Amino acid sequence: MEDKTQSLEQAINEHIQSGDSVVMGACLEPMIPFAAAHELVRQEKKDLELIAPISDILIDMLIGAGSVRKLTAAWAGNVSAGLGHNYRRSVEQEIPFRIEVEDHSNFSIGLALLAGAMGVPFLPSRSLLGTDILNSNKTMKTEEYEGEKLVYIPALRPDVTVLGVQRADKQGNAHLWGNIGVAQDAAMASKKVILLAEEIVDGEVIESDPNRVLFPGFKTTAVVHCPAFAHPSPVQGYYQRDHDFFHSYHKETKTREGFLSWLDKYVTGVKSHEQYLEKVGNDRIAALKIKNERFAAPVNYAAE
Amino acid sequence: MVDYTTGELMVVAAAREIQDKEVVFVGMRLPMLAFAVAKKTHAPEAVGFYECGVVRDFPSNELLYTMGDTPNVEGAQWCTSTNHLMYLMQSGHVDCGFIGGAEVDKFGNINTSYIGNYEQPNVKLPGSGGAADIASLSKRLLVIMNHEKRRFKEKVDYITSPGAGEGGEWRKDQGLPRGGIGALISTLGVMRPGKNNELELVSIHPGVTLEEIKDNTGWDVKTAINFEETPPPKPEELEVIRSIDPNGFWTGQ
Repeated sequence: MEDKTQSLEQAINEHIQSGDSVVMGACLEPMIPFAAAHELVRQEKKDLELIAPISDILIDMLIGAGSVRKLTAAWAGNVSAGLGHNYRRSVEQEIPFRIEVEDHSNFSIGLALLAGAMGVPFLPSRSLLGTDILNSNKTMKTEEYEGEKLVYIPALRPDVTVLGVQRADKQGNAHLWGNIGVAQDAAMASKKVILLAEEIVDGEVIESDPNRVLFPGFKTTAVVHCPAFAHPSPVQGYYQRDHDFFHSYHKETKTREGFLSWLDKYVTGVKSHEQYLEKVGNDRIAALKIKNERFAAPVNYAAE
Repeated sequence: MVDYTTGELMVVAAAREIQDKEVVFVGMRLPMLAFAVAKKTHAPEAVGFYECGVVRDFPSNELLYTMGDTPNVEGAQWCTSTNHLMYLMQSGHVDCGFIGGAEVDKFGNINTSYIGNYEQPNVKLPGSGGAADIASLSKRLLVIMNHEKRRFKEKVDYITSPGAGEGGEWRKDQGLPRGGIGALISTLGVMRPGKNNELELVSIHPGVTLEEIKDNTGWDVKTAINFEETPPPKPEELEVIRSIDPNGFWTGQ
């Protein structure tokens, strides 16, 4: 089978083009592929349509960096600190420019991705009836089916999903554990999937537990070995959330100048994810590491 | 008399809305603590749904800054997709759901999306997250909010999460399958739907005056017949909050 491993730089350069629609942050608050977002900024990819339910400060940072043309999301801000300053500046003051917003809820974006994964044009829901989400997002329609009102949610078929996982083999089969968010639906719906993995393992490790795999390896376009890819968000079994980093971001990005100096410090002023981790501080990263063990009980897959 | 903060009183009032054995859709921030208080006091068999894809029957002992924090996954009963939890809620399995809000109106409609016109807004708020789904599909919606005149309006600029719309049987007319506001817990008191599904004051927090509530509410708020003072937190309830949030990150003044 094909070896799909690439460096972060290569994978982003080759598989994400300016103008693409990209899912990042499919697990909601944890496992957010911040390393890929930073690389997108360094490579000056522009006009992206970001698709995600929540993604914490990743969305705000990319809007501030001028990488985003359109946001298709349920929520954008700073989960434990408040509003997203860049998101506000863009929509309220056109700084650096006004992005287009397609309003969703978590369920409507989940169903849109599921419809994409299923290969159908839409899926119906009883959610959102009577809300103004149906006014500001004109892609969703209220229809009647045998006398019952339903919201028809059109499919999303993103160009790329960048998905963080705990471990993957070189062929793109991966294990992800913890909460899944819309990860499975997003990856199945997307034309390409880039995996960022904490560890690269032999195929037999993945085969030892195929129920923990969310989609077949042939859906994966590239596999990137990228330890601490999710910092400051957490990865179950690997490291905890760096709460203070989110709270400092909130304070430091209050003004446009403050954000630009934050961006220079952590993203454009460094050359790689490894340099970013050095900038954050290796001691700080080490302190976040999961130190305890709580293993799942083994399951027996033997045939006879 | 035990000292407590307004945040702690709100968490306790919210916790008391959860009945034992209920399935609770737990929203961001204060609701995470309210679920913990309910579980460890009067509702030991309640089950918590967290929209990132976690189901727990025992709250984490550590302070959660987000529901996807590692302590919320360790010891969970089910780690799954967001859609799976939404399917169960859409089929009527969620008894109550908690959300916060930036603006609310007299019929309990919540706005967390846009202040002003959505095409040219004065303020861009974060948006729905799962709130619109919880308000649409749970049996009872519990809302936690700061009570200020600019937030408690005659009519919200944008309905992110539906309450009773324009009052009366609006929800049914829209096709919503069930639900509506169970309680609105504010920094000053507690409101519930009354006549025509308009929110009315059912309790007022200790030390708050009715005049203060009227001054901070953007509609001519009515008081319920059995209007009372919000019962203060019990020591065992405060103990749970302070064991989880000792520095008052979510509940400090």
